[in-house]
Amino acid sequence: MAALSINNVCKTYANGTDVLKGINIAIEDGEFLILVGPSGCGKSTLLNMIAGLDDISSGDIAIGNKRVNELSPKDRDIAMVFQSYALYPSMTVRENISFGLEIRKTPKADIDATVKRVAEMLQITHLLERKPGQMSGGQRQRVAMGRALARNPAIFLFDEPLSNLDAKLRVEMRTEIKLMHQRLKSTIVYVTHDQIEAMTLGDKIAVMKDGIVQQFGSPQDIYDNPANLFVAGFIGSPSMNFIPATVVQSGSDIGVKICDDNGCVVLPLPHDKAKLAAFVGKEVIFGIRPEQITDARTAYREGLPVMACHIDVIEPTGPDTLVFVSLNNTKVCCRTHPTEAKYPGESMDLVFDVSKAVLFDPQTEARIV
Amino acid sequence: MSGSSSQGSLHALADRWLPKLVLSPTLAASLIFVYGFIAWTGWLSFTESRLMPRYEWAGVVQYQALFENERWWTAAANLGIFGGLFILFCLLVGLLMAVLLDQKIRAEGALRTIYLYPMALSFVVTGTAWKWMLNPDMGLQKVVVDLGFTDFTFDWLVNPDMAIYTVVIAGVWQSSGFVMALFLAGLRGIDDSIIKAAQVDGASLPTIYRRILIPSLRPVFFSVLLILSHIAIKSFDLVMALTGGGPGNSSDVPAIFMYQFAFTRGQLGVGAASAMMMLFTIVAVLVPLMYMETRSAKRV
Amino acid sequence: MFKNLTVGRALVYTALLLMAIYYLLPLYVMLTTSFKSLDDIREGNMLALPQLWQGGAWSKAWAEACTGVECNGMQGFFWNSIKMTLPAVAISTLLGAVNGYVVSMWRFRGSDALFTMLLVGCFIPFQVVLLPMAQLLGLLGLANTTAGLVLVHVVYGTAFTTLFFRNFYITVPDELVKAARIDGAGFWTIFFRILLPISGPIFVVCIIWQFTQIWNDFLFGVVFASGESQPITVALNNLVNTSTGVKEYNVDMAAAIIAALPTLFVYMVAGRYFVRGLTAGAVKG
Repeated sequence: MAALSINNVCKTYANGTDVLKGINIAIEDGEFLILVGPSGCGKSTLLNMIAGLDDISSGDIAIGNKRVNELSPKDRDIAMVFQSYALYPSMTVRENISFGLEIRKTPKADIDATVKRVAEMLQITHLLERKPGQMSGGQRQRVAMGRALARNPAIFLFDEPLSNLDAKLRVEMRTEIKLMHQRLKSTIVYVTHDQIEAMTLGDKIAVMKDGIVQQFGSPQDIYDNPANLFVAGFIGSPSMNFIPATVVQSGSDIGVKICDDNGCVVLPLPHDKAKLAAFVGKEVIFGIRPEQITDARTAYREGLPVMACHIDVIEPTGPDTLVFVSLNNTKVCCRTHPTEAKYPGESMDLVFDVSKAVLFDPQTEARIV
Repeated sequence: MSGSSSQGSLHALADRWLPKLVLSPTLAASLIFVYGFIAWTGWLSFTESRLMPRYEWAGVVQYQALFENERWWTAAANLGIFGGLFILFCLLVGLLMAVLLDQKIRAEGALRTIYLYPMALSFVVTGTAWKWMLNPDMGLQKVVVDLGFTDFTFDWLVNPDMAIYTVVIAGVWQSSGFVMALFLAGLRGIDDSIIKAAQVDGASLPTIYRRILIPSLRPVFFSVLLILSHIAIKSFDLVMALTGGGPGNSSDVPAIFMYQFAFTRGQLGVGAASAMMMLFTIVAVLVPLMYMETRSAKRV
Repeated sequence: MFKNLTVGRALVYTALLLMAIYYLLPLYVMLTTSFKSLDDIREGNMLALPQLWQGGAWSKAWAEACTGVECNGMQGFFWNSIKMTLPAVAISTLLGAVNGYVVSMWRFRGSDALFTMLLVGCFIPFQVVLLPMAQLLGLLGLANTTAGLVLVHVVYGTAFTTLFFRNFYITVPDELVKAARIDGAGFWTIFFRILLPISGPIFVVCIIWQFTQIWNDFLFGVVFASGESQPITVALNNLVNTSTGVKEYNVDMAAAIIAALPTLFVYMVAGRYFVRGLTAGAVKG
């Protein structure tokens, strides 16, 4: 297992497109790094560059303190699991797993022992003599992981491995990957576009967009303190509400003015008054997550502002009911207890936990406070 | 476990250069044997070469000789007639057979085999067979006469005005099966649900074919046109075997013209010029076709 | 679509049957003519079955017929064609496989353009290369030899074979090669151990297509090989078109069938692969 450091890595294609514009990420030995972002953000490209499948235009990548820019994939001591599993179609599962070891001229006894160990760990011993074409998606996924495990590399790379599985299987495999990480304490770099996978699996998350790391930190950190509008909206489901609002001074408080059909309310903000003062009178984007707008009974703090809102539509999900209201002409999602939620057309008292709210500058999209 | 970093970079280097190295012989061959040779022939067409090649620039003297040559114009005209009819009938027959075969016919496999086997034959064999069948005294003519139509004549093969049309008959026989195969594959590739939607809309079968299926064959149509044009312009084997270019030079085609002037008559310059003309014709026909094909692909 | 026998369906079957007759007719005529005596041919008509089935024309066609100066029948030329076709097919197919592998799996800057450049070679009229090729073969001492013909066919056939293999390998996911590289496999290991085992179908298609094209070729045969080393197509043409004395139509037909047998046989045995080859190579993306 080894640490990974990516220093100011850039990638430009031959036709001039800048795919990666200066990536800086460092993780310790044994950490689980997630690269997450929308399609085209460059995460798969970055993964390919760590693997050595793609050239690095500028910058360095070091695995275990050794610079690997010039090394071919086979010399970087990495293993990779692909979205489409990429199992060798003409070989059995056993041959698939042992292929890499064979190439490295590992003695046969060692190969057999490794295959046995890996197969047991992934519960695929009964599949060893089958060919990829004779297995289900989930089974193929395990074999792909087995192939990677057999190599016992310094770093495991995963390229959207669960995207081709159905929802139920995806959840199962996610847990298995997490268990595997806990057991083996391996260094993992995992690419996904699914923010739930990102949150549940990673030790550290790098949210990427347009070839730049928008934010790098622990899952909870990114969830609670998003650096900009994009990160705030990307992480969390249902996603954060973005309400355009004006910052007003109301007595000794500074707050945001929120209006619906019936009237307006000023929600006082407990954040840094100095920072807020600069924005009095200006338009900001008020970001507040659905679970921070809820019914009076569920709200677990006293003294939070309350507002009566007119309900447009409700979506019962089982554990909660999502209540949609219109504030400042924006559709806002609120998470309430199923028994407390009222019906469309009615008015309901909603408590706003403003301590968790964030404000964004509408021009720069960066977080103000 | 990783090797030393110098070995690592060696592998990376090999990965980088080996593909190019492997491809290079073929590319070199293409450069020499295709582009280089075309340039050589082109150069030759601008010289005064006769029996032996000469390399001094002589301007367009050979092209002039070519264009003043009656026989060349006969050959060019024949190419136009043959090419046009050949392509037209191949398309019609091929499309018709494809549509018919698309009707879930019982013996489809057997029929397809029968329609396609001519493509497995050499044009020389085809020419030989049809030469016999269209033999004025003993072929088709005799069959019809024996049936009682004593005045029937079918002497196209030896008739200077009609000889070129015999080439059309034999050519269509050979190639229409191939066109059928392509159109059939195209028809089969059409999404079933489109047809079902049309049936629900109340369209009759001929209408479905006419308004939906055949128009969606456009890309196939272009490919077929490309290939048939190519076959037509290059026609040499078939004509040689069937008519030998005769009677006289009446069914001459540019390919035969080139062969005879270059190799039998020792007129390398004219031969080269005629070859270049054939190249220009192919480019003039194929390039717009390919352009139209990529354009229509984008639109669809 | 209608499943019961209606007027429409009857018409369809009739039309198809008539066409089948159109296609089978020449084959029928060739066969029957080859088994007739010359008198039978003159007296009867081409559609009639032989009065007396005789195989004399066949043995003459094989061993005694005159193809220009010599009168040794088709047999020598049959073997010439074999000697020319088999190596040419093998070499051009193998080259096509490796080239197709490179162009689809190891793309580098400009590889697509180079591939297109290669492909153009499929479309030129060969007339433009005949003269220089003749010169070159003369220089290399390969004029009028089977080896020279093999060279020509390999050079001009490789563009097609590359296209076939490239179109096939392009359907193999990139990630397979990536996984192999990470496992440590190099360029040749990936080719031999991963791609080749699944390339069976395209090899068959390519070999059948090349065999048919090369065996049936006439232009290269007549220009670059004459006399001893000419292929059977050229011999056939000489046989049929050199009229010295009485035209022996039955021998002509027998010779034509002999020339056609190998490719017909291949077609019968592996016909559907042949079709796949046509459509794969022909319908460009």
